[in-house]
Amino acid sequence: MSILIIAEHDNSSLKQATLSVIAAAKLIGGSIDVLVAGENVSAVAEAAAKADGVDKVMVVDNAVYGHFLGENLSQLIVGLAEGYTHILAAAGSTGKDTMPRVAALLDVAQISDIIRVEAPDTFVRPIYAGNAIATIKSSDSVKVITVRPTGFDPVAAEGGSASVEQLDVVTDAGLSAFVSEQKAKSDRPDLSSAGIVVSGGRGMQNGENFKMLEQVADLMGAAVGASRAAVDAGFVPNNMQVGQTGKIVAPQLYIAVGVSGAIQHLAGMSDSKVIVAINKDEEAPIFQVADYGLVADLFEAIPKLEEELKKA
Amino acid sequence: MKVLVAVKRVVDYNVKVRVKPDNSGIDLANVKMSMNPFCEIAVEEAVRLKEKGVVSEIVVVSIGPKACQEQIRTALALGADRGIHVETDSEIQSLQAAKLLKAVADKEQPNLIILGKQAIDSDNNQTGQMLAALAGMSLGTFASEVVIDGDTVNVTREVDGGMMTISLTFPAVVTTDLRLNEPRYASLPNIMKAKKKPLESISPADLGVDITPRLTIVKVEAPASRQAGIKVADVAELVNKLKNEAKVI
Repeated sequence: MSILIIAEHDNSSLKQATLSVIAAAKLIGGSIDVLVAGENVSAVAEAAAKADGVDKVMVVDNAVYGHFLGENLSQLIVGLAEGYTHILAAAGSTGKDTMPRVAALLDVAQISDIIRVEAPDTFVRPIYAGNAIATIKSSDSVKVITVRPTGFDPVAAEGGSASVEQLDVVTDAGLSAFVSEQKAKSDRPDLSSAGIVVSGGRGMQNGENFKMLEQVADLMGAAVGASRAAVDAGFVPNNMQVGQTGKIVAPQLYIAVGVSGAIQHLAGMSDSKVIVAINKDEEAPIFQVADYGLVADLFEAIPKLEEELKKA
Repeated sequence: MKVLVAVKRVVDYNVKVRVKPDNSGIDLANVKMSMNPFCEIAVEEAVRLKEKGVVSEIVVVSIGPKACQEQIRTALALGADRGIHVETDSEIQSLQAAKLLKAVADKEQPNLIILGKQAIDSDNNQTGQMLAALAGMSLGTFASEVVIDGDTVNVTREVDGGMMTISLTFPAVVTTDLRLNEPRYASLPNIMKAKKKPLESISPADLGVDITPRLTIVKVEAPASRQAGIKVADVAELVNKLKNEAKVI
């Protein structure tokens, strides 16, 4: 078997999600090549070459890939696909946008969001917002897959010594063009890979109150997330949403504050190792999945939590 | 400008689904079915574009058993002009759905196709992307804003790091994210009127599409259930437990 992985990165650093995809590839077995496509990506390529288990890194460095536009990326990947039995990417916004196009152009099915590898042609994935777990077998000659990073422990970032090959290919479909982006800047850890996540829900009442959570998060080196209700209400930006259609997280510790625990929210965090719920409504469904529940008004509990953490 | 909107009939989002005892799938007997929430957003966006005078005709299409006509009628009541039902009782996977939609688009020649970004049953998030690739159309996934400006459409997308705006040439495919709009409810007079709007039924064979699935569902299981833990009395006890029992801080 021969596996091609599409690296997830931001042109300057390799995302940890890619290390989880490599872990999934190792479970499938066979040679592992990583494609780094972007603009000025030499640091990303170097990082990919050091990752454990990678045989070869292919680098395509061109402005047409700088914003990861799906038309250009999918044509590039299809052009490189021959000889590979599996093509994998992380189930982030780029992977979700690009991989179904790759599959369609190759006339094969795509398997989304796998959380386990049962066999080289058989994979496990959640459906119905994680309320059911399906085992899927593919009869296609090439398996095009997105991997849910929380399902696989990342491989070591150091220790590998893959060869690096520069490719001179340009696929510019000319159908779409980048206009602008609004990146939410944060000095906190990345929500998808943070060890601790503190999330706020509708109970936070407004965006200003999220500062309380940020202070607590900073004391623990945590990322800050939010429920769909809090994002829909405009308290915080969309990239903080945890849930079925937002980010999927599985930190060591997840603290849900003023979050009721709707099914679609639980779908995004129920694989966390330890879950804490702070909510004044003791009937809130979040308590059914919480290891530690505190029935309290968050506006009293959060300042106290900050105080207790400062003592340590 | 003509818009094609695809809608899917799925288990209502309020239903707590149950896995069948033989692990062959989800128990759908006597379960409330509705239009996929992301598809409702797609219909709403098309209707708003029509209300702005940008769009002249909205054609709504759904693939599946006879009962899908309920969802097509709902879309017609919300403001779509005409329905196409691709009728089949077979399981339709994303690639086959995309091929069927491409065949419909070949006949209808829409300028814009709007779909939900994912269906809440299979959670695949694939069909719009596959359709765009097969049809060679431009694509804006996970849209939170759609602005038509002459011969291009600007789509603001919800991406991992925040928002990204891209400009697409026509014909274009757009898939909707949650915050694109808030769908309206159909009024009773519009529900009555929708019954008289045209609805054509065709088969996958009419469209010349092979719908053989490529993926087999080996089994479907309930997820490992998480047990509720303990209630702590106050913040001090919580911090103590996290430090000394769970050892996570």
